[in-house]
Amino acid sequence: MAPSPKRRPGYSRRAQYTTFFGYFAGVLGALLGGALLIVAITSPSSFSGLRNLGRDVTSPLGGAAARSRSGSYNLFETIGGYFAAGEQNASLRRQLAATRVRLIESQAMADENRRLKALLGLAASDPKPVTFARLTSSTASSSRRFATLSVGSSSGVEVGMPVRSPLGLIGRVLEVGRASSRVLLVTDGESLVPVRRATDSIPGFAQGRADGTLQIRLISLGINPLKRGDAFVTSGTGGLFRPGTPIAIVETVTRDGAIARLLSDPAASEFVAVDPIWTPQPADLPKVAASRGPARP
Amino acid sequence: MTRFARLTRPIAIRFRPRPINHVPSPVLAQSIPWLSIMFASLLPNMPVIASAPVLPPFGLLMMLAWRQVRPGVLPVWAGLPLGFFDDLFSGQPFGSAILLWSLAMIGLDAIEARFPWRSYWLDWLVSAGLICGCQLLGLAFANAAGGSATIAVVIPQLVTAILLFPLSGRLVSALDRLRLMPIVELD
Repeated sequence: MAPSPKRRPGYSRRAQYTTFFGYFAGVLGALLGGALLIVAITSPSSFSGLRNLGRDVTSPLGGAAARSRSGSYNLFETIGGYFAAGEQNASLRRQLAATRVRLIESQAMADENRRLKALLGLAASDPKPVTFARLTSSTASSSRRFATLSVGSSSGVEVGMPVRSPLGLIGRVLEVGRASSRVLLVTDGESLVPVRRATDSIPGFAQGRADGTLQIRLISLGINPLKRGDAFVTSGTGGLFRPGTPIAIVETVTRDGAIARLLSDPAASEFVAVDPIWTPQPADLPKVAASRGPARP
Repeated sequence: MTRFARLTRPIAIRFRPRPINHVPSPVLAQSIPWLSIMFASLLPNMPVIASAPVLPPFGLLMMLAWRQVRPGVLPVWAGLPLGFFDDLFSGQPFGSAILLWSLAMIGLDAIEARFPWRSYWLDWLVSAGLICGCQLLGLAFANAAGGSATIAVVIPQLVTAILLFPLSGRLVSALDRLRLMPIVELD
């Protein structure tokens, strides 16, 4: 049935006031939303307390989802392997992916070793991760790329700590609640990671494009030396991210850099490690001051 | 006899005597719309750790569907509390959903006054327009707050959201039947 075209619901004063206040509250809500939005855009860290509270409350729900997700992920993978060429195919592919990452890592390590030997005396040992945790949820309907981590300040997590999986860098901690924290994934448009090519240390930045790929911009302009299949690792410039963590492989070469595919798909990584914030050695300090701007800790 | 019973059972259920001294639970009748929309706001975050915005905004879909299927269940100001809840978890800058959902509710009210005789296709078209508007403005707000995504990133999500809208209408009508189930006995 069509509603009455008249907005005024008869002679009852009370009904009239109810209708009026309904509209009044609706418009007020829109105005309030606009005001909050302006505050949130000018200072993005406002309202983080509210978000932390909400996340702490819903985190157990996400934990259950994460457990069932890892189970169903394996199931789908197995079924997919069966239809393609048997279950063996799937396991071989997993091995191949892992080997490829190991290869890149070892290349990066060899390079790192060479440079460290050159510096001599500045031995950087791998720090122990602060904690291991699950990624419980992510903002799958927004164009911003955030994920929720199932640990918070009670496990020693602090703002700015890098998050990585065995396959590569995933993101960094943005907000910390008591039992959960918010991670800015490297695929988000706001995330800028200083990187270098694994083989010959050509420096650049990797910026997220919000669609699962990264835009790699080289610092030195000129002839673009990148090729398809080049691997990039974090360079450690400016601190925060420890050098030598694999991050992406070049997929398409563009005019001033490349579009690279992320090495560690956050959907496939069940557990992630939270690393301590990496601080460069004193010898690197001049370099830090030069590139503090883009790192945005 | 049992064979006939199997055939006639759906009819028997359809026409079984309803308990005339039972009424719907007021708690369920009031809370199910709100709770289902809030749950739908949480839902896209759960199933997958996504590297791209791949899932439609279920919370917005459910709110529009409740408003379309059952006008009057949600007040005009429902965008304020529901948008507030969505903003806590959606990843958008805070206030984005409060503003957009409030505007969508006011807009739906205006459209209903303009076209009182609605149809399936008109409902779908209006909702598709509102979904597109909310998502594209949401993208603009997210970019203003630090993101740098292009429109191409949200196109797949828009298409799924628009195609899923009639289904969410079905879901809402099922929830509506649950809401109005006579389960409380009158004294």
